[in-house]
This record gives sequence, C-alpha cells and structure tokens, in this order.
Amino acid sequence: MSAATTTLVPFEDVLATYDPALGLEVHVELNSATKMFCGCPTEFGADPNTQVCPTCLGLPGAMPAVNRKAVESAIRIGLALNCEIAEWCRFARKNYFYPDMPKNFQTSQYDEPIAFEGWMDVTVPTEDGEVETYRVEIERAHMEEDTGKSLHVGTSGRIHGADYSLVDYNRAGIPLIEIVTKPIVGAGARAPEVAKAYVAQLRDLIVALGVSDARMDQGSIRADVNLSLAPKGSGVLGTRTETKNVNSLRSVERAVRHEMQRHAAILGGGGSILQETRHWHEDTGVTTSGREKSDAEDYRYFPEPDLVPVAPSREWVEELRGTLPENPTQRRARLQAEWGYSDLEMRDTVGAGALTLVEETIAAGTSPAAARKWWLSELARRANDAGVELPALGVTPTQVAAVQALVEGGSINDKLARQVFDGLIAGEGTPEEVVEKRGLAIVSDEGALSEAVDDAIAANPDVAAKIRDGKVAAAGALIGAVMKQMRGQADAGRVRELILEKLGS
Amino acid sequence: MPEIPGANGPDGQVAITREEVAHLADLARIDLSDAELDHLAPQLAVIVESVASISGVAGDDVPATSHPLPVTNVFREDVVVPGLTAAQALAAAPASEQQRFSVPRILGDEQ
Amino acid sequence: MSAGQDWTTRTAAELADALAAGEVTSVELTQAHLDRIAAVDGSAIEGVHAFLHVDAEGALAAARASDERRAAGSPATFLDGVPIAVKDVLTTEGMPTTCGSRILEGWVPPYDATVVARLRAAGLPILGKTNMDEFAMGSSTEHSAYGPTRNPWDLERVPGGSGGGSAAAVAAYEAPLALGTDTGGSIRQPGAVTGTVGVKPTYGGVSRYGLVAMANSLDQVGPVTRTVLDAALLHELVGGHDPRDSTSVDQPLPDLVGAARKGATGDLSGLRVGVVTELQGEGYQAGVQARFTESLDLLVAAGAEVVEVSCPQFVHALAAYYVLMPSEASSNLAKFDAMRYGLRVLPEGVPDPSAEEVMRATRDAGFGDEVKRRIILGTYALSSGYYDAYYGQAQKVRTLISRDFEAAFAQVDVLVSPTSPTTAFRLGEKLDDPLAMYLNDLATIPANLAGVPGISVPAGLAEEDGLPVGFQVLAPALADDRLYRVGAALEAALHARWGGPLTPPELPAGLDRREGASA
Ligand SMILES: [Mg+2]
Ligand SMILES: [Zn+2]
Repeated sequence: MSAATTTLVPFEDVLATYDPALGLEVHVELNSATKMFCGCPTEFGADPNTQVCPTCLGLPGAMPAVNRKAVESAIRIGLALNCEIAEWCRFARKNYFYPDMPKNFQTSQYDEPIAFEGWMDVTVPTEDGEVETYRVEIERAHMEEDTGKSLHVGTSGRIHGADYSLVDYNRAGIPLIEIVTKPIVGAGARAPEVAKAYVAQLRDLIVALGVSDARMDQGSIRADVNLSLAPKGSGVLGTRTETKNVNSLRSVERAVRHEMQRHAAILGGGGSILQETRHWHEDTGVTTSGREKSDAEDYRYFPEPDLVPVAPSREWVEELRGTLPENPTQRRARLQAEWGYSDLEMRDTVGAGALTLVEETIAAGTSPAAARKWWLSELARRANDAGVELPALGVTPTQVAAVQALVEGGSINDKLARQVFDGLIAGEGTPEEVVEKRGLAIVSDEGALSEAVDDAIAANPDVAAKIRDGKVAAAGALIGAVMKQMRGQADAGRVRELILEKLGS
Repeated sequence: MPEIPGANGPDGQVAITREEVAHLADLARIDLSDAELDHLAPQLAVIVESVASISGVAGDDVPATSHPLPVTNVFREDVVVPGLTAAQALAAAPASEQQRFSVPRILGDEQ
Repeated sequence: MSAGQDWTTRTAAELADALAAGEVTSVELTQAHLDRIAAVDGSAIEGVHAFLHVDAEGALAAARASDERRAAGSPATFLDGVPIAVKDVLTTEGMPTTCGSRILEGWVPPYDATVVARLRAAGLPILGKTNMDEFAMGSSTEHSAYGPTRNPWDLERVPGGSGGGSAAAVAAYEAPLALGTDTGGSIRQPGAVTGTVGVKPTYGGVSRYGLVAMANSLDQVGPVTRTVLDAALLHELVGGHDPRDSTSVDQPLPDLVGAARKGATGDLSGLRVGVVTELQGEGYQAGVQARFTESLDLLVAAGAEVVEVSCPQFVHALAAYYVLMPSEASSNLAKFDAMRYGLRVLPEGVPDPSAEEVMRATRDAGFGDEVKRRIILGTYALSSGYYDAYYGQAQKVRTLISRDFEAAFAQVDVLVSPTSPTTAFRLGEKLDDPLAMYLNDLATIPANLAGVPGISVPAGLAEEDGLPVGFQVLAPALADDRLYRVGAALEAALHARWGGPLTPPELPAGLDRREGASA
C-alpha cells in the first residue's frame, strides 16, 4: 500500500480507536574541533573531501583513535538526561555496505552504551493556559560516527532515479551522539506536540551544554520518529514505522500526526503495518516507504578490535557533572520568578533567543523591565531586519546596561539611546564614545534651554495663551518645538518645568 | 581430510548448506557463481564443522577476551592534525567528479 | 661469486659495522642487493619471486642520503644505510601496496605505515615490497594473486606463509632484513621453513597503524632476519608506543639487543624452559621432532633447566582462531568495494549497474578463493543466531588459552616447541585443502590468541628431506627480551656445531625479472 493511495483518517478519529506510542531517536553532531576517531577538522561547509585522512576515508591500514572531548560530551549529555554512566563500555562495528560509509561498517556502540536509563520531563502547553508534563524515559545515549554525504546526479536529484552519485567524505567520522527514548505512551492526542516538545527541549539542553551547534537546518540535530498504534486500552505496542531524518521541529509534529493518521487508515481497512523505515517529505507533508526491516538485515555487530574499552572513572564522571549547566526548564522557571515576567513576556524572551542576553544585562545592573525593553523591542527588530541571530548583532549585554545607565543618569533619553545603538552596531566604540562622537548628550546648559523656550513661546503665542489660561496639557506642543530646536538633546521634563515657570501656570 | 584437533569428527552434522553459503555471500556482497558455490560450499561445511568444536569448551563463568592486553581509556586530544588534500584523497578513485568520489547509482537506503 | 654477493651474505649488524668503518657505502650495498634481486628473484613463472615490487630508484636515493649523513658524521641510527624489504601488507607512501590481492592492484597509498615511517626516519633504504598470501590469508604464499614465492632451499617448495616473500627474500640474500606480519604464525612459520629468524612481538609492542588488517586483535608486525641479533636490532627500531594505534603498549621496550648479546655468550644458567606437551608428537614430522630434541639438549648444555608443561586448552586454539580471524577479516575486507580505490569491475551483461551490483562483481573478481572462504566463514560466525556459539565462544577460549599461558609461565621462564609441524611442502600440495593448510599454524596460533611474543630460530635441516626446521620460543607478554636471550644462545650453540650459519643451495641466476605476471 503506497502513501499516495492511503486516505488518511481524520486526526480526531484516530484517538477514538487507537493509543499511539512514540519513540524518538535523535542524532546530535558534536561541535568538537576534530572527528570522533581522527584529527580531521569538523567545520561545516568546507570544500568537498578537504577534511579527510586515511582513517576517516577508510583507507587500508588506517586505525581509529578516540577523541577525549567527544567522550566527555557524551558523558555530559548522559548526565544532563539523568542517565547512568557506564563503568565500562566498548565500541562495536555495525557492518553494512553503503557507499557513503568508507569502511562499510559504522563504528558505534551496540549493547554497551556510555549512558543509559535516563529521563527528561517535557512540558506541553494546554488550551486552558496551563502546562502538562510528560516524563520521557531515555533508553540510551551512545557514541558513533557520521557518514559521508552523497550528491545524487540525474534528472530527479533524489537517490531513486539518480544516474550516479558523488560522495564527499568531509562529514564521515564526525562524532554523533544518538539519543534513544523508550516508547512514549499515554500522550494520546498530544503525541505530535510531545514529540515536538521533546526534540525542542532536547535541543535547548544541547545548546545549554554547548556540545553541538544544534542546527537542525544544517543537520547537526536529526530526528528519527518511530510511531505505532495499538487498539485503545489494549496496553500493547503495535508494529512501528521509523520515519528518518525529520529535520525541523514543525516537521517532527507533522510527521507524527501524519503517521498516526496513515497507520489508522491502514489498520482500519483491515491491513497491517509493515515494519519499515519511511522517508519524510517536507513539501507535501507525507511519508513514503523506505527500506523494509527484514531478517536479511544482519549488522553482525562485534567489539571494535582496534579500540580499547572506555571505562570512565567515577571521579571523572563527577568532575563532568560539576560542569553541567542548570536544566533549561528549571532555569526558565527560576528566572521568570526572579524577574517577575508574565508568562507571555517570558515566552517572548525565550522565543527571541534573548534569555541569556537579558540575564547578563540584568546582572550588569539593569532592571528586568528595561533589559527586556531594549532586547525585545529595539534590538530584536534590528536583528530581524539584518537577518542575524540576536547574539550576532554586535551589541553586548554590558553595552545595553551602559546605555540604560546613561538614560537613568539623564545624559540621554530613550530616543537618543536608539541612536546610540546605531553607533554600537556600526562599531563606533563604547556607548559613552558613541554619545560623545555623535554629540548626543542632553544639553543641560540652562541658558541655552531658556533661550529655546523663549523662542518657542514667542513663535507660538496662541499656545502660550492657552497655557497661561491653565490648559497645561497644551504644553506638549511647546515641548515638541523646544526638543526639535535642541535636536532632541534636552531633558523633556526640565523643558516642561521651564515652560510652566515662564508662563506662570 | 586431516582433522583439526578437538573437532567434531567426520560423522558430525554438516553445519552449513549451499543455500546458506549463497545467503552469506549475498550479505558479504560477493557475486559467487554456481561453480564457485559448488566448490566453496562443501569446503566451508567442513571448516564450520571443525570449528564448531569450541561450542562446549567454555562455560558462562569464563569471561570473553576481546583484547589480549587489558588496557582501557586510550584517548586522543581534540586537536586538529593535517590530513590529506582532496587530490591525494581522490588519486586512487576509480572515478571522480566535482572533487567528489563518483559511484554508480545507489539502490538501497541509508541505514 | 660477484663482489655484490659478498655484501649480500653479511648480516645486518655486520653491514652496519662495515658502513661505520667506511668499508662500504650504503649505495654500494643497496646496489648489491638490487643486483641479487635482479639475478635470482625472477617472476611468477620462475625464480624465488619474493618481491611484488622493487623500488630501485627510491632505495638508491635513500642510500645516497644515508651516505651523505654518514659523511657528515651524523648517521640517523646504527642501521642507517642497511637496506630492507617490506611485506606488501604495510602501506608505503608513493610505493604500490597490493596485499597480494588483485583488488588492490596498482594502489599507491598516500601515507606510510608507522613502522615504514620509522624505517625511513632511521635511514634504511626500502628495496621493495614482498609477496604474501592474499591479505595474509594462507600458510604457503600460494594464495598471492601475483603467483607464488618459492622456497630458496628448494624452488619446488613453498616458503611458508603468509609472509613467504619476506622470509624467502632474506633466505635468498635478496635483503638482509625484512618486515613481516604475524596473525597466526605468518612470520614464524615461514621463518621455520626457510631457515630464517622470525619474531612475533608482544601484541601492542609494534604499531599496527598502516598494517592492512586481517585480524586486528591478532595481527602483529615483526622482524624477519638471518640472525637473532639482527632481529633484535630491527625490533628495537620499529617497536614502541604509537598514539595512532590505540592498542599499542605505552611503555618502553625491554633491552632486546642487550638480551641478544647476552644470550650469544651461551650462558642460560638459571633459565627454566617448558616444553609444551600439546605442541609435539602426533602430526609433527620425525625430522622436525629430532631437530627440536637436539636443540633442547643444547639449551640444557647451556645451563637451562628443561621441564614438560601442559597447556590443555591449546587443543582448541586452532578452532578458536578460525572463528576469530575470519570474523574480524570479513569486516576489515568490507572496505574493498570499488567505490574509493582499487579495482572496479562492472558486471557483465548488466546495463547501467548499480553500486551494489558493482560491489558484488568487483569483490567476486578481485578476491581469491581463500579470501572468499574466510569472508563467508566470518560472516557466518558473526551473524545473529550464531554469534554466541562462535565468536563469543572463541573469545572465551581465548581466555582459557591465556590462563594456560599464565599457569605455564608461573612455572617456567619460556615455553618451547617446534615452530611448524612439518618442513616446507610442495607447491600445490595443499592448495585446495584448507584444513590441511590451516594445520601448519598449529604451534604458532596460541601465542597470537594470548598476545604473547614468539620467535622462530633455525634449528637445522630435517634428515628426511634436507629442509629447514624451526625452533619456537614463547615468552610472557612484554618479556620479548627473553626470546632474544634464548634464541641467541641456541643460535650460538648451533652455529658452533655447524661451523657457521646454514646456507641454502646456489640459486639459478640471470632470470628475467618481471613484475605482476600471474601464475
Ligand atoms: Mg545509530
Ligand atoms: Zn580523518
């Protein structure tokens, strides 16, 4: 049965008959300087076959040597996922032939993963504004190596129907940590959201650990989504399909939803699910059949004889535990309470990728409200316009705090502060230097100010008359005129005082 | 046929069939002809029969030795070392294009 | 006898002394060996055929550089300028490396094996690459895709294997030194049947980086020479820790040359020698057994105490080996798939073949029968459902064999046995009888399974056929020095009895040397 001919069951109807079970296998490419088993660099986007050596090209005679940093990252990921860390484990060879795999075996961990038996609490918002928490159990996190990358040449551009393929082995051997969940049951209609939230939170955790670039668009985080349906209330697990390489958060959610609807359609029609891998099609939002998981698939695992066992001492593990950042979920809750942000304000801050920036700005002495104001209303817009991530804009939390201090000290106002940010982005120096160079400081010379007020009164006799008559609200027009003359570099409050003084109100 | 000491002996069951050999050759990506199968299968049957003698030798109490020397935790520091140039990497390639290895169309899926 | 042949019959230590004394240049003695190769090596059709590739130009360039260093008073090492041959299973930058296989025909590696890099750094001109059973799978060198090597003692006979090329080259005076590799006896067994010295160091004692693996947990690089002292000199040169090989031992080698010199004084008093009960008797040729007993008497005469020691689990060694070795090999050889290097064969009659079809056709055409046998055997032993019964069980047997060694070495300092059950057999005699071929390694395999070091020393000629017999000494892991002490003592005693080393008969010279001709 092909995807094209399957009429999907409406999502709501799936849940009436079936319980879904999810499983997620996430591959995280580590950001170590070198590959898992050789000293080749790992930079993304290098010219093809320029980051290769005898080892990662699988040349006869070459041997692997384990990257210590990759092992540390694996242990830190394991600890952050509340896993146990193996006292003794090995690498194994997973034997299968594939042209993008230089040795025709992948050096991976098999029955002795470095981390196992962990969990992560995943939160999903509900319709009534609350959040629901699902505990996702982690079966294992193990170390392995990436494969090369094939370019399929031919009319279709896809692997099937290609005339031939061109292989670049720069990616071959880059360290991967594969994180595998146990079956996630009981999510019901929320299964697609739970899947998405799990991957999103896992990504946040990886970012907080600093062990990967964590770019789903560049493939440094790749998710395989397993799904099965079982008759409602049966408590068993159905036959699963494994949808490979789902490479955005939105796609994770869509793929789960699609597979639930597709499985239900097949099962409802009296068919049975074929245990197979499926391909996700971002454009059409459907999966298509891949490779059947058959008995013929026999990876002939055995311990990698060119490597010795990894036996992390408990001292080393504890030392690494000491380097763990605060759990991202807990950190958010703590900061929200400390800063007094509303849920919406917090969500916007996180969504803009400004959490750490705001935190550091506050640490530099700025109030939570002012820090949020600058980062979210002013700087986020500029980053967006420039098409860069907020941290890449070129303005530091220290600078934002300095700008705010200038505002509070009365040297500049909010409007001038925006010009200061222009100067900072243009690289004109410190906030003080920008103010100096651009001549942005508020004029505190009473004589000049008094003159400007007099000019404004003289030029606007009717407005002045209104104020004299007690219509104080009309002062705004005169303040505007004064500020214009002063090119904004005046303290609007002082201008107002002077106007009222002079007009005797 | 000389015997490997400790082997089952010639009266033992043939442990591997011609069909199995064909399947294993398939797993190992070797295109054996019928003639080769006729030739290799009986030899393999004899060898398998001989090595099967180890099956009862060691019990559950005996640990496996995967490395002759009991060494652990041999690591490399995360420091870049010079590798090969693309020209060196591709020098022996049967075919290459766009600085990549050119391989015939791939039928199977990635694993 | 030409002036050149004069130099070719000297030992490496003698050549080094002559170089140091200014009696000869490296260019002269490198040329002498190249001349000898040209005269006797021949081709797959005739002659010794020890070499698959001779690099005269490269060797002479290295020799010139060596002579310049020496003239400047700064030779790199004691062996600087002494030429060497390298088994074709070790990668050599810029020099073809075929592993005796059609599938790697014409492959020129872009990198040196660590041991090769050490040879170059030490100043040894590399004469060329020596013949071997395809991917080191065999005990006769007949499984080379480029035709067999012949035993210099009798050109109708095999030189042992898989390192028959290295052993024959040294025995035929084509090279004073060679490197071999030993997975189940491939240095020691050819050493025994060609009358040369062969050493398998402790597992991890010599780097395997750049050794095209057959069975990674068993393979070891080692010296092939005509004297025990030469072996010690070469072993010290190439051995020691290599960070590129994670299984290499991170501690200094024992004083091997010192042990060889000490042994050569002929005093073994206080040494306890164990004769392994399971490695003698039935299946061992009478002439082999006779030379072995004679050597034992010489050890006793040198002051050693000889006792019999039983290693009951050794009877399972061969079966365990023929599970472990093909299993690892089946995986190692998967990389030869026509995608990145080596042979690419398009299947006949298949229009627009797929990568999978090209892999299958190439691997069928590129691998010989023995390689296919072992790949299939290994694939079988590792497949699900059989793993525990075969691979898992073989690893346990390995533990039992190690325990036998531990128990034995608690009683004695070294263990001894004949190296090979028989002398060299005739070409073709066992070619299509794998089990008969495997039996040649009966006595050498236990050392590989346990990772302990072993040496084969020439023990004389068997009376019934006049062919060389080898005497094997095994020592505990990391105690390689004991091999050299005992080996040198035995060698000294035998040379005294014989009036010098045994020399093979004159070889037919003036052959037409051709490379790559298939048998
Ligand atoms: Mg994996
Ligand atoms: Zn590399």
